[in-house]
Amino acid sequence: MKVSVAWLRELVATDLPVERIAHVLTMGGLEVEEVAPVAGTFTGIVVAHVKSVAPHPNADKLRVTEVDAGTGETLQIVCGAPNVAAGQKVPCALIGAKLPGFDIKKAKLRGVESNGMLCSARELGLSDDHAGLLVLPGDAPVGRDVRDYLGLDDSVLTLKLTPNRGDCLSMVGIARDFAALAGLPASLAPVPEAPVAIEDARPVRLSAPTACTHYFGRVIRGLDTRARTPDWMARRLERAGLRPRSPLVDITNYVMLERGQPMHAFDHAKLKGGIDVRWMAPGEQLQLLNDQWAESIPNLLAIADESGPVALGGVMGGAGTMVTDATTDVFFEAAYFTPEAVQGRAKQLQLSSDAAYRFERGIDPQGSRAALERATQLTLDICGGQAGPVTQAQGESPVRPRVRVRPARVRSLLGYDIPDAFVRESLERLACHVEAAGDGLAVTPPSWRHDLAIEEDFVEEVARIHGYEHVPAHAPRSSVPMLLAAEGIRSRLDLKLACADLGYQEVINYSFVSSAWEEDFAGNGAPVRLANPIASTMDVMRTTLVGGLVQAVLANLNRDEARTRLFEIGRCFIAEGPSEAEQPERLAAITFGGRLPEQWGEAVRAADFYDAKGDLEAIAGSAGLEFVAGTHPACHPGRCARVLSGGRDIGIVGELHPRLQQKYDLPGPPVFFEIETAVLLSGRAPRFSGISRMPTVRRDLAVLVDETVPAGRILATLRAAAPACVREIEVFDQYRGKGIEDGRKSLAFRVVMQDTDRTLTDAEVEEIVGSIRRLLTEQYKAQPRT
Amino acid sequence: MQDLDRIVADAEVAFGACATAPDLEQAKARFLGKAGALTELLKGLGKLPPDEKPRAGAAINEAKTRVEALLAARRDALLAAELESRLAAESIDVTLPGRRQSAGGLHPITRAQAHIERLFASMGFSVADGPEIENDFFNFTALRMFPNHPSRSMQDTFYIAGSDKVLRTHTSPVQIRHMQSHTPPIRVICPGRVYRVDHDATHSPMFHQIEGLWVDEGISLADLKGTITQFCRAFFEREDIEIRFRPSYFPFVEPGVEIDMVWEKKGDEVKYLEIGGAGVVHPDVLRNGKIDPERYSGFAFGMGLDRLAMLKYGVNDLRLFFENDLKFLRQFR
Repeated sequence: MKVSVAWLRELVATDLPVERIAHVLTMGGLEVEEVAPVAGTFTGIVVAHVKSVAPHPNADKLRVTEVDAGTGETLQIVCGAPNVAAGQKVPCALIGAKLPGFDIKKAKLRGVESNGMLCSARELGLSDDHAGLLVLPGDAPVGRDVRDYLGLDDSVLTLKLTPNRGDCLSMVGIARDFAALAGLPASLAPVPEAPVAIEDARPVRLSAPTACTHYFGRVIRGLDTRARTPDWMARRLERAGLRPRSPLVDITNYVMLERGQPMHAFDHAKLKGGIDVRWMAPGEQLQLLNDQWAESIPNLLAIADESGPVALGGVMGGAGTMVTDATTDVFFEAAYFTPEAVQGRAKQLQLSSDAAYRFERGIDPQGSRAALERATQLTLDICGGQAGPVTQAQGESPVRPRVRVRPARVRSLLGYDIPDAFVRESLERLACHVEAAGDGLAVTPPSWRHDLAIEEDFVEEVARIHGYEHVPAHAPRSSVPMLLAAEGIRSRLDLKLACADLGYQEVINYSFVSSAWEEDFAGNGAPVRLANPIASTMDVMRTTLVGGLVQAVLANLNRDEARTRLFEIGRCFIAEGPSEAEQPERLAAITFGGRLPEQWGEAVRAADFYDAKGDLEAIAGSAGLEFVAGTHPACHPGRCARVLSGGRDIGIVGELHPRLQQKYDLPGPPVFFEIETAVLLSGRAPRFSGISRMPTVRRDLAVLVDETVPAGRILATLRAAAPACVREIEVFDQYRGKGIEDGRKSLAFRVVMQDTDRTLTDAEVEEIVGSIRRLLTEQYKAQPRT
Repeated sequence: MQDLDRIVADAEVAFGACATAPDLEQAKARFLGKAGALTELLKGLGKLPPDEKPRAGAAINEAKTRVEALLAARRDALLAAELESRLAAESIDVTLPGRRQSAGGLHPITRAQAHIERLFASMGFSVADGPEIENDFFNFTALRMFPNHPSRSMQDTFYIAGSDKVLRTHTSPVQIRHMQSHTPPIRVICPGRVYRVDHDATHSPMFHQIEGLWVDEGISLADLKGTITQFCRAFFEREDIEIRFRPSYFPFVEPGVEIDMVWEKKGDEVKYLEIGGAGVVHPDVLRNGKIDPERYSGFAFGMGLDRLAMLKYGVNDLRLFFENDLKFLRQFR
């Protein structure tokens, strides 16, 4: 909403400076985004009449003019504008005029004396137009100060209004609120009723009386088709951001700007019979005045005559019945369409409509008649003609609520002291009807405030009038018991720090990715899709974090980062049926390049599967994870492990599939892991189990087994079978190659034994080692390696 | 006797000439070995008359002790020299860099979020979380953003194809979820990702918000201001920060406020920054959270986490947070 300050001052007499007015509005909740003066700062520019134009003797592009600027003498002025012509009225800066950056002095231009300057729109600061002189209307009074003549001592405020303040989508509405906020009286004179001179009337019927609660119509005949929109009206429309078109259209727009009541002007001659406000029937359609065709959508309100729909109620008029330059008889509509009857319609029809914008937010239902009278008055003034009687159809008027407002409740919700009297006064300033009732007040809001319905709404109004800047800051009180935080639970931050400690840098990727990545990195052909993605490369929700990490590796590779270690924690979105999605949070980390950064003290070695797995094990801490060989669309099929916890799949570790490495043009294969965070975040506080002071015994045994036997399975078997005094069984070497027959490998196990309260005898140790050997032989066809 | 003194003097010279332990052992044999000079003298004692024997024996033994002392001293000196040369050979260049894994780090948003969580935890706030694909009820209707209402157009929404679900446009749905499963007093913050159809220099289609909710008996707008003021001062580590409230509209609070922070003051010129929206929780929203609005009241606020991080760290472009450029991210380690 753009507000001319000069217009506002007409409605609320105030000499507050513009900045102060803007501040009052902003602090009242009508946020002023921009304050823009309509013209530059200048003095001494008047309306002048160009009497003659002659060529300049010494310059092709200059002309020598003689102008009458009302100074009593004819001025010779040299002018460079290509459009200058005798007979024009133009702005003329007189000697001594002050323009931004320079003063006008008597001068000689290429040897010809010049006593002033004829001005373009840019010199007046009206626009950037510098193509030629600003040509003024022929009736512009010679000698009149241009600031005065064009009303340039004005500024335009751009208001960012919230959707609850439909009442402020008009000058009268803003004036009312500004006056209440500033504690000033508003001068909103009632509109006199126009004299009825003819009997022409068009009957109106409301077939949808809850959607359109009243409808006022009036015929005005005998309009002068040569009438022009007066300058003052065109100027106000322009400053509000509307382009002047023709008198009747401009009048309806002007009344809407002034009073917030959207109006429609039908060409009376093009309507057939009475008007009916009804729901549009299936199959009906209407060509709108912007030439767009509106098909019937559910609950679309039509203004219909005998031939069918002629306008969409509260949205837009139809092309067939709109007024044109040839219109001599007009039928004006000023109706009240409820917000519910209009909301969403313009959006569904993909059109923008100032009328719908206002009806959706709620206009003043009591203002329609006055708006019609105002439009009548303006039409008679501008276009002439004779007005018929007002036809009126009344539906079910909305009932205004009477709301109990307790000053004690106001104080309790705001948290500071506001006297009872001020509560009452502020509501009355806002034109609420206030009565004493029991322990509080019974308050009826004015008809234009649709947003005031419950006690809390009035609490805000009191605070607004009192001034939000007076809200004190109370030190927060504490009455809550200590936060429950189990010690064993890890926070996300703990997890992130664990990753960072291992040298991984956290990144944040978008949760939406391209469907191609989902195919590549998750083999997912049925991802959760966005109906309205911002780009085709962000059209589906991710089910894995790996794609984003690979992209981040690539992006950094392109910025000369040859080695990267990245991680992310975020949700993934797994489609479960047509409208459900599981949204597990995952942690994924990727290493590309060396296991360690290149340094003097370590040989360069590319990170491999076991590095990624080791990092995951380190991060997992006490969470018991199992690893089994598996496959994953993103992984090298021979270098991929599924991660299980309690038998449930919760993640993967792997090396990027060579096919993807090639496709994404990576010079080497990154390794990565991805795991659900839930398992990593849960945990228990530890418990002490005693320390044995007895000596430990270590025995190493090396065996040959088939190459295909996973070491992890052997370890699991041995650990499960070992007696309590076996503290540790671990693989410490794996060997295949020279000296080992093909298809076999050597595995070396470390067995550490210790009893809690006595020294193990040699016989006991041998017995345990022997049983391990037997198990290896029986279950895994292991041979002792010699 | 002169013989003995000469022998001791000879031994001193001989030992001193030895540069290594084997040399010294050979030299030792010359004086103390089986055929050594002192041993020979001791053997010769038997030929002396009995009354001279004790004196002569004592003199020889005294000389032997002196030679042994010289030997021990030389041995120590040789050992010390040997150790010294070994240590010298073993010395390293301590100025070479240490062996290490590269440094990792947290994303600046995480840093800021962790700080905010700590600050609010100190005021008794716990942290809650909710789904990012949200249904219409929690994202809109429960917050009084009814279907077709213009308030829905305040946020451009991503819709999930083939369903009525949306990507949450704000963290406010977590308020409702939390109230439904907890009873007052409630103090909770909900940080997280949110999504809006908006992409330009100052908007990202995905960004972060932090929601706060405090519901108890007698909670007021003034408590909100106190909480936000304390928070901003602690977060920005500046005691001079002032908070200004401006009336605004969010369907789920009433009264609603826009939070402005006084960032710079030069004379009468005050620079305000909008940091979020807030207000007193609307009674219908409390009811949707199964809380009695006549007994309890509360405040809620929502702030842009990315914006807070930008202000705190002096980041001038929101997009940097999501480009994952290591040259950017490393600056927050």
